[in-house]
Amino acid sequence: MAQVTFNIWRGEGNNGSFKEYTTEVSEGMVVLDAVHEIQIEQAPDLGVRWNCKAGKCGSCSAEINGMPKLMCMTRLSSLDLEKPVTVEPMKAFPLVKDLVTDVSWNYEAKMAIKPFKPRKPDAPDGTWRMAQEDVERAQEFRKCIECFLCQDVCHVLRDHHEHDKYIGPAMLVKAAAFEMHPLDVENRIPDLKNEHGIGFCNITKCCTKVCPEHITITDNAIIPLKESVVDEFYDPLTKLFRIFKSKK
Amino acid sequence: MTDRYTTHEYDVLIIGAGGAGLRAAIEAASMGDSVGVVCKSLLGKAHTVMAEGGMAASMGNVDDRDNWKVHFADTMRGGQYLNNCMMAEHHAKEAASCVHELESWGALFDRTKEGKILQRNFGGHKYPRLAHVGDRTGLEMIRTLQDHGIHHGIDFHMEVTVTNLLIDGNKVVGAFAYEREKGRFILFKAKAIVIATGGFGRAFKITSNSWEYTGDGQTLAYDAGADLLDMEFVQFHPTGMVWPPSVRGILVTEGVRGEGGILTNSEGKRFMFEDVPPLYRSSTADNEEEGWRYVTGDKDANRPPELLTRDHVARKIVKEVKAGRGSEHGGAYLDIAWIKEKIKDSETHIKKKLPSMYHQFKELAGVDITKEKMEVGPTTHYAMGGIRVDSETQMTTVEGLFACGECAAGLHGANRLGGNSLSDLLVFGKRAGAHAAKFATAIDTFSAIDSKEVDSLVTQALAPVDRTEGENPYKIQQDLQETMQDLAGISRSEAGLNEAMEHIRGYAKRAENAHAPGNREYNPGWHTALDLHNLLTVSEAMCLSAEQRTESRGGHFREEYPEKSKEGSTYNTVVRKAKDGSMEVERVPVVPQTDEMKQIIEANE
Repeated sequence: MAQVTFNIWRGEGNNGSFKEYTTEVSEGMVVLDAVHEIQIEQAPDLGVRWNCKAGKCGSCSAEINGMPKLMCMTRLSSLDLEKPVTVEPMKAFPLVKDLVTDVSWNYEAKMAIKPFKPRKPDAPDGTWRMAQEDVERAQEFRKCIECFLCQDVCHVLRDHHEHDKYIGPAMLVKAAAFEMHPLDVENRIPDLKNEHGIGFCNITKCCTKVCPEHITITDNAIIPLKESVVDEFYDPLTKLFRIFKSKK
Repeated sequence: MTDRYTTHEYDVLIIGAGGAGLRAAIEAASMGDSVGVVCKSLLGKAHTVMAEGGMAASMGNVDDRDNWKVHFADTMRGGQYLNNCMMAEHHAKEAASCVHELESWGALFDRTKEGKILQRNFGGHKYPRLAHVGDRTGLEMIRTLQDHGIHHGIDFHMEVTVTNLLIDGNKVVGAFAYEREKGRFILFKAKAIVIATGGFGRAFKITSNSWEYTGDGQTLAYDAGADLLDMEFVQFHPTGMVWPPSVRGILVTEGVRGEGGILTNSEGKRFMFEDVPPLYRSSTADNEEEGWRYVTGDKDANRPPELLTRDHVARKIVKEVKAGRGSEHGGAYLDIAWIKEKIKDSETHIKKKLPSMYHQFKELAGVDITKEKMEVGPTTHYAMGGIRVDSETQMTTVEGLFACGECAAGLHGANRLGGNSLSDLLVFGKRAGAHAAKFATAIDTFSAIDSKEVDSLVTQALAPVDRTEGENPYKIQQDLQETMQDLAGISRSEAGLNEAMEHIRGYAKRAENAHAPGNREYNPGWHTALDLHNLLTVSEAMCLSAEQRTESRGGHFREEYPEKSKEGSTYNTVVRKAKDGSMEVERVPVVPQTDEMKQIIEANE
């Protein structure tokens, strides 16, 4: 057992400051455990979102010592406990209270992406056949737990506040999940260019670094989508070629 | 004083946004009804997301001997024949089409070599039956339903909790709720309401459930006059994490055993080969070699004993620990790394088949499951009991009030088979949504609701923040969890249950004086105080039901009566609110099986 100090952001809307709490920690604890301990013993009204406590639901996103992370998957043993541990809310979204932010914009951004549209069934009984290799490509993006840490770290949203023009890496992952779905026949490429602002991404790969699901966001999702945009809008040869080889 | 709350009107109001609630919402909206969904957390975070192994449906893609009849018989045997057999039949017949429907909405399941949906082995299922996506099937399911549902004109009320139902005579007419962000109140007027709020694992100290699962739906229904059924049957999943302490209870998927994982004790002995229950003796492997052949798809082999039903495996682990043969931190060892003796490149295989288990142990316990053994022990996982519903319509004993998913009872009897939960959500979510929509369509106008009644609910809900002093609600919750864990958990006795009920009455008194400092805005202390009534209600119902069942069966184990009784197979337990406000318990006969069902069960012994 050891005493560890935490500096936790407290406040609502635009008003707030760090407040210092000291609590007992034990082996194997994660940051969320310490926050709960503080909540029970010292600050019952400390606002914090969480659900599964196992890195599967993506609710407890926060910035720990300045790094966007899931509180439930950050073990205290991975941090320097000699210094106070800072825990603060995500910066790319408006603050509700304490560690809770208003992430509703993400749900609106997702609504704007055209939904999944399957090809006609392959078998007379209305089912489809797909190869495991083809399924795996899209499955990577379907691991997304919607924690929005990639949105939080993206400078287009975090620093430049282009929420009206750019849907952000998490939603590009969503678009990629649909676009690379073996059964999908919808075309989202014009929307990605014209409505969703894919051009804003300048491939700094910060999103990939913070993804707790280890999705290769930039290389596997965003870059192929960008290439599709180039193919569709800027490459006359491909355009001509596509006339003869329409998407099935 | 109408400014104390805002009002919304829906033909169908769904309380809960996990698999069952979302499936019900999609069905009701597709039928043209206006639909509102209340989510206690953000959309897409409900407990369905945690389901790992898969959903059971007898598609026969891996073993063509499978069909609905075998699935039905397996479900009934697993439930020790206390299941509502009509529900078990609907479930077995309709699960496959529900899985295919989910695929048509975008779910991407793992595939067989022929490109069909791959199915895996699971406890109590005779053939490989679980459609899955690695070990994150629940995430695939909830995200597919969510992404499909948001384009159906459904209103989602995120981070809103319903605290009361409004009743006119024996008919439900609305629901009263608060939203977390600002602590404002909402009155929902509705022609029909579907409860899909999940379970009540938070009544126990060691649980795989998150903070949300406080028995809200069961309590809403009970308070509205509905019957609860089989509340003594709680599933203790045999494999939760046991170390480090902070992760105790987090689920370790049964898929580990489905892929060949074995349970051993501190002496290195594979103890599951002992004490195989008579019901399963003929279908269990005789030796380790046969068990391995089964998990690798040999159709002539019987399943390894690690894949016996959850109630049995959980009790076996407890027995080893009590006999002093437990693992270092008081559990058993679960070993998947051993398969390196059998297959080349087992490391890659394990990471591919069990990616999130690999991740979970690596990051939370510092254990590499491709090389080391895991430590596991029982964790409160699932409620077989819950709201009593009609087997055709999912309507409760209150008119216009429906229930589906974990909060409803009937399908699973005394013990649920792994994989039958996700299919339950789809089959009965769809049915509940359809029947609620039909019920609502037959009603012309919304019923009037007495504003005085709503005003008193506002005052009641505000009491914990309005009080200037009182008890810490977290402490009351913790004390209740300790009590239920020790006295009403995996092993129960009459004296223990009576003691637990005594404590519960004490906690109820303390809860009346719970105080949440701070204001109404996103105040978890206040929310915890409001959840206490629900936790206390379901805990009392569990104890009362467990006390009168003087036998051991499925998830219910009584120390004084370690065997099944003859009488025990003839009735289900009902709990309801008596006229004087006390909780009363009654035995009702089990739903009789048809002759055809009896033949199916016999043929699949």
